[in-house]
Amino acid sequence: MSRPLCALWVFMVLLGDRLASPYRPETEPLDPEPHEANSIVELEVPPELDGTMSDGELVPHHYPAQRAAKVVQHYLNTRHGSPYRWIELHRVNKASLEDLGQAGKKYYLEISLKEVISNTDLGQCSAEVLFSGEQDQGAPQVQCPCEGLQKLNTTAEEEALFQRLNSSATPLSGSNIPDSYGHIAPEMKPLWHLGAAAASFVMLKESNESTLYNMAQVANITQLETENGQLRFKYHVLLHDMISQEILHWKLLVSWSPAGGVSVLQTEGQPKPAESTPEDTAPTSAS
Amino acid sequence: METPVVAVLMLVLLSGQSVTARVLTEVEPRNYDYTKYHPLPEITAWMKQIETENPEVVSSTVYGKSYENRDIAFLKIGLKSTENKKAIWMDCGIHAREWISPAFCQHFVKEILRTYKTDTKVGEMLKNLDFYITPVLNVDGYTYTWTDNTTRLWRKNRSPGTGGCNCTGTDLNRNYEAVWGTIGVSTNCCSIIYHGPEATSEAETKAVVDFVQSKSKDILCFLTIHSFGQMILFPYGHPNIKAPNYDELTEVVNAAAKAVKAVHGMDYVVGSLTEALYPAGGTSMDWARLVGIPYSFTFELRDKGVHGFVLPEDQIQPTCEEAYEGARSIITYVHDKAFYNAAASVTATLWTTVLASTLLALL
Repeated sequence: MSRPLCALWVFMVLLGDRLASPYRPETEPLDPEPHEANSIVELEVPPELDGTMSDGELVPHHYPAQRAAKVVQHYLNTRHGSPYRWIELHRVNKASLEDLGQAGKKYYLEISLKEVISNTDLGQCSAEVLFSGEQDQGAPQVQCPCEGLQKLNTTAEEEALFQRLNSSATPLSGSNIPDSYGHIAPEMKPLWHLGAAAASFVMLKESNESTLYNMAQVANITQLETENGQLRFKYHVLLHDMISQEILHWKLLVSWSPAGGVSVLQTEGQPKPAESTPEDTAPTSAS
Repeated sequence: METPVVAVLMLVLLSGQSVTARVLTEVEPRNYDYTKYHPLPEITAWMKQIETENPEVVSSTVYGKSYENRDIAFLKIGLKSTENKKAIWMDCGIHAREWISPAFCQHFVKEILRTYKTDTKVGEMLKNLDFYITPVLNVDGYTYTWTDNTTRLWRKNRSPGTGGCNCTGTDLNRNYEAVWGTIGVSTNCCSIIYHGPEATSEAETKAVVDFVQSKSKDILCFLTIHSFGQMILFPYGHPNIKAPNYDELTEVVNAAAKAVKAVHGMDYVVGSLTEALYPAGGTSMDWARLVGIPYSFTFELRDKGVHGFVLPEDQIQPTCEEAYEGARSIITYVHDKAFYNAAASVTATLWTTVLASTLLALL
């Protein structure tokens, strides 16, 4: 091919490339009737078809499995939580649900857990959560044999903390942990974790299929006299329930020692207010 | 001698940019700390500063007044054009206690202004789109959470109860006309999820509705930013309603979650609101979708409950960085779908193939 023709050819190809690129079609909203606010033109899916898969299998990242898994977290923190140990649900890998009629609903879960303070991966655990079928629901029943927890050794720090608080001249006290900016003074961090472990007793007891609890803040902590070799504290904690979005106040009498673990001796608080449950207004037929 | 000329021609046309493009230095407000939480007056001052320092791309507009008569304003960011432009809507701070949310809007603004001259994609999107960004929507509620330790966890706005009910505040994200008052709400004005006496009863809701409705044909994407939970959600909040492009939306949020995770390894759960979190009526995300905006999403930022609403300031930057990539992933998808349709991208591929083979023939 001669040079000038060659150049012309290249020029035309490049021009074509430029013309092909930004293209501005009229964007069409998927909703054909943009002016009718609140007219529901979307598909209606019968409730029994959405969410659950076959044979009681649950979608792991949807809320029913997530709520049940959170209960396992609370359970584990009542048993293993301490000033230096806080277990968090990392992921739900597999979940299924068995309807036991009057006996309640049983969730089978494969979850991965993490110890947050030492950032230890606790690996995968199998767990079962039974939510009672009765009106006056007791705490959910949890089974979670998790071998990964054996890895955790926090004895040294716990002993040091225990000695320091047991022999201190002035009883410890604090408030607003974390503060509004999320900040926690380093010496208060273990007491924050202890509060969360104690709060887990309440969160476990108060949990059902329509709750998702976390501790929002320690409003106040006051150290009391050591008794029976256990440090004792009065805690005022704020719990957050994701489903109702409410903040619930609980006052706890807590005892702890490295050997004895965390115990909650007394509680005084407000169970979720009846008036703000999500089922307050039953869904009418879509209108 | 024609070969170098052709080469230059090729370079010029291939680069797709004007040879006479000026290279300007980056401009960002000095002394503004994006790694700290700021009270409303500081955010308002920052908005003015952003506008003053970037007049060619930023303007601000007050589009409503709150119950306590504070300004509700957005920053409009985009290269100025005489033509009508398509738009992206982003609002932060609809719930007062979710402080990381306004922090994210500020970070997002800072990032697009910092990079639009050097990042070709961001530059292209600012050319083709206008971003309407409201750093704090619930200005009264947000101000209230800064009052003292006892107010930090307030969620609603600050309008008084009506009809003999004595508590304050309506949950703004239950107040929109989208299966309003059906599920996941309370009729008791003392409840934290009180939906208001009627849909769009609140001044803050009206402001958004009036503006967004007036531009609903141009808005391609509606993003509303919340915390906490680490989620990216799409409509609907009602269990009986499923978006017809559910599969497409699932793909979009999956891609966004992947982009988020690539930054700091954080897992964000994705799904429809009613499946991934809880059924809830009256949300702004659902309303935007029903009014015709094709892509509508809710972000729930860090964390998953260890700190919850009181996220430590040392997590502001990493949270904003990962959320930025998630938002950018969605906005890029929406932009490219609007401005590069399937036919055109096939054509471009064809031309590129011809071009490549021609160049090879010349060598």
